[in-house]
Amino acid sequence: MLIKNKVDRSQLMSVLWEIQRKKRHIAHDDITKIAKEFELSRMEVEGVLTFYHFFHRKDCGKYTIYINNSITSKHAGMSSIKKTFEQEIGIPVGKLSFDNMFGLYETACIGLSDQEPACLINFKPFTNLTPEKVKDIISRIRNGEKPKDFCDKPKSNIQYTPSKDRTVFFKPYRDFSSLTFLKNNTPEHLIKLVKKSKLAGRGGAFFPTGLKWQFARQNEAEIKYIICNADEGEPGTFKDRVLLQEHPELLIEGMILAAYAVGASEGIIYLRGEYRYLKKEIEKVIASYRKYNFLGSNIAAKNPFDFDIYVHLGAGAYVCGEETALIHSIEGKRGEPSTKVVFPVEKGYKDKPTVVNNVETLCAVPRILEMGIDKWLSLGTEKTPGTKILSVSGDCKNEGIYEIEWGMNFREFLELVGAKNPKMIQWSGPSGNALSKVDFDRNICGEDLICGGSVMIFDGSRDIPTILKHFSDFFVDESCGICVPCRTGNFLLNKKIDKMITGVATKRDMMDIKEWSKIIKTTSRCGLGQMSSNSLNDAIEKFPEVFEKYMADESACKTSFSLEKATAEYDQIINEITSDYE
Amino acid sequence: MSNLISLTIDGKKIQAEKGKNLVDVAKENGVEIPTLCYFKSINPTLGTCRICTVKLNGKHTTGCTTHVAEGMNIEINTPELLDNRKAIIEMLYAEGNHFCPTCEKSGNCEMQSHAYNMGLTVTRYPHAFRQKSVDFTPNRMIMESNRCILCKRCVEEIKTKDGKSVFSFVKRGINTQVQIDYKEERKLSDNDVLHAMNICPVGAILVKGIANEKPFGERKYDFLNQNVHTSLNNTNKIELKDDEKFIVATTSLAGCFGCHMSLLDIDTELLDMLEIIEFNKSPLTDIKDFSKQCHVGLIEGGCANDENVHVLKKFREKCDILISFGECAIMGGIPAMRNFVSLQACLEEAYLNGPTSELGADIIPSHEDIPKLLDNVYPCNEVVKIDYYIPGCPPNAHHIWKVVKSILLGEKIPIAHEEFKYD
Repeated sequence: MLIKNKVDRSQLMSVLWEIQRKKRHIAHDDITKIAKEFELSRMEVEGVLTFYHFFHRKDCGKYTIYINNSITSKHAGMSSIKKTFEQEIGIPVGKLSFDNMFGLYETACIGLSDQEPACLINFKPFTNLTPEKVKDIISRIRNGEKPKDFCDKPKSNIQYTPSKDRTVFFKPYRDFSSLTFLKNNTPEHLIKLVKKSKLAGRGGAFFPTGLKWQFARQNEAEIKYIICNADEGEPGTFKDRVLLQEHPELLIEGMILAAYAVGASEGIIYLRGEYRYLKKEIEKVIASYRKYNFLGSNIAAKNPFDFDIYVHLGAGAYVCGEETALIHSIEGKRGEPSTKVVFPVEKGYKDKPTVVNNVETLCAVPRILEMGIDKWLSLGTEKTPGTKILSVSGDCKNEGIYEIEWGMNFREFLELVGAKNPKMIQWSGPSGNALSKVDFDRNICGEDLICGGSVMIFDGSRDIPTILKHFSDFFVDESCGICVPCRTGNFLLNKKIDKMITGVATKRDMMDIKEWSKIIKTTSRCGLGQMSSNSLNDAIEKFPEVFEKYMADESACKTSFSLEKATAEYDQIINEITSDYE
Repeated sequence: MSNLISLTIDGKKIQAEKGKNLVDVAKENGVEIPTLCYFKSINPTLGTCRICTVKLNGKHTTGCTTHVAEGMNIEINTPELLDNRKAIIEMLYAEGNHFCPTCEKSGNCEMQSHAYNMGLTVTRYPHAFRQKSVDFTPNRMIMESNRCILCKRCVEEIKTKDGKSVFSFVKRGINTQVQIDYKEERKLSDNDVLHAMNICPVGAILVKGIANEKPFGERKYDFLNQNVHTSLNNTNKIELKDDEKFIVATTSLAGCFGCHMSLLDIDTELLDMLEIIEFNKSPLTDIKDFSKQCHVGLIEGGCANDENVHVLKKFREKCDILISFGECAIMGGIPAMRNFVSLQACLEEAYLNGPTSELGADIIPSHEDIPKLLDNVYPCNEVVKIDYYIPGCPPNAHHIWKVVKSILLGEKIPIAHEEFKYD
């Protein structure tokens, strides 16, 4: 099972996956063996595996069920699905059934927000669940059917693309066509072109792609890496999943082009654990490119080069979407972000120059070559040419994928998705911004309202503090734990939201939220902590009518303290020992 | 000398060697940036504790990860940044379970020293009271996670000869903790083990047998910054009629009465005190019930049972200003150590299984006259609104008296550092 003769720590995650898959947990002895093999201390291996949500130290059942607990899932009726699972299997969430057959767990957004409630059973997707469907699934598994044989194929749900001549991504593509570009052009030329296209990081950071490539190109190191960030973890985003389902060939070609541009010899697709069911398909596409010698050694180009791609599977950690954390994860370490003293383009994976690009960014490159730079620049706006893929979920008629031209009016967009009575729109995911009707006249583009891809719509019937509590729970769970403002700051903010939900928050609490958020924002080590309090503060600012009731002064006696509750345990103990069973 | 560059620190132009660490550059120029995780031999710097957060050209970043370059404009001691730093230290205190009076490293602790220097008296955050472990299993070391601030120094610095980690981070988020690998620990030399304890900026890593090496009272930070003065916020002055005295009530809830003992240490000043103060309900006067409305109530101890809660609520009602004095009132103190054990286990240990209970003991006393224990020991401010806090275990007599005097007379009376440091 273990890879012999080679102690390359970057194999650690795949070894852990392998053991997890076969034995359903990673036992004490396995860790000892792995530690020996990789020449690490036991505790270091334990540190790595306890970082990732999908690795278990205790048996997680032959059939491991992860119910998605994202807010859109909750609004779509997750509670009845969860109850049905619990009843059918006979165990509460978080437990293993007595026959070790089922393990039932919850997990954060699995990238199926438009077909909720959804779950993964042994990492196979089951979507649009109903209590009846759950009963059926459990009985079929009990009857010996394998989840892979009857799971759902997640729908792409492409709801909208611009007119045919203005669509970039979702239209037919002739395989290999962009690679003819390599034959007549130098890497420098390609970089120049990408720079001209103003393409910028579509994961949400919008760093100019051409510039990133140029930095890596200029570095004289012999080995360089291209990493595709397919760790789409931002709740509410599923655009990369659809791209991987519909056009994996665009991604592979984008990576080949990127490798040519920067001079990289190895490419890694960091696929989030939740998308494990896509791995085989992607590998099939990679194999076909290998077959035609577009991957491998001596790839035909003006300057022929060597390049190959493999898929690395994540294991459930949101923070690994941050590029330095992602690199650590591939290296077989805990997915903790680095301080930004040096950037990955100088010193990244295995200390070599590394370019990390999002799926959508890489997919755009072959399309730009295909349509020509002038056509691309004629789409969208001055600052952000082209189109953008948005994943829309929540309270609207047509949930799914929208490829829109940058520059679309926000109100028009809401009409397009069929959002009736939208109240709060969570823009770019929980780490993005909360939008309200004051933003409806803005335009979706780099000049105004930029978006990484997640759009969650909540109508007037939803309780805003509950949504915020959900986001906060998510950040508390997903903080890597390395710096105190994020680790404990988010935990403390979460307690404040609890006070709102129980109705005991006061003006003082609201002031604390504002001040503490500022401290968390300015002192956190990476983007997670810096962005985590955005939606909370946006919502408080934009929906004064919701938070008005928490603006009263502190009362002399704390309503949050209940004497009955505090003495209940004592009463119960005394009751227990004084009662006579005979 | 060609690699000299010039930069600005808090408006002052200085020259420094290009690429040098900002924390060191600032220090050489007389500006101290507090640090906890920064450690000279660890490169790249860890940047985990965040207290050296500064502003570089208007943007927040950490000093220890900044290498100076030409033309940098750095802000270090602005009110906002000073408060940020204090906030992070406070958050570390709220996150861990720091009981300084019982800590072996007290007086040699970098975090404690920063807290003194920042005039930190109470944390603005509620205590998280997370359940954390103390690991006695390693051969020569104790890992006290209650005190660990996850600076990562030990993880990066302490390795065996063959390069394996001894300390590792396990789990993530709020549950992250440092774990010692027992097998690798045995490979360390005695010097390495000592080194691990010494580089720990708090009291999380202890070496068995020698943790109390230095005697209390002669410690590193005792005489630092003796001239730091912290003043209280001014309050509205209490108006009195002629011949009237200020009325003060005191009580001890779940505490040891040590704070009241300290109160008596006011000594001869007690006579001055009685010139302007009249005690109402208080153990000092043995007045059991309030006979009038009081100006100030002093609370010692937290709430461990329902009687404490009733008394505390009565005090809130009868006193215009309520002051928590002593650690127990502020954060639960020593009694709150029981918050890490279930109530059931506490009662059983006390009445059934304790070393002094008789064989076959099966009675846990309960009667309607006996106060009911609460599930946890609560600091007073979680039960009622508290206006002021006087920390210490116990607070210094002069500290207590000066605070009360400041509040009653509405004057600012500076309190010397010596009077509010406790370890």
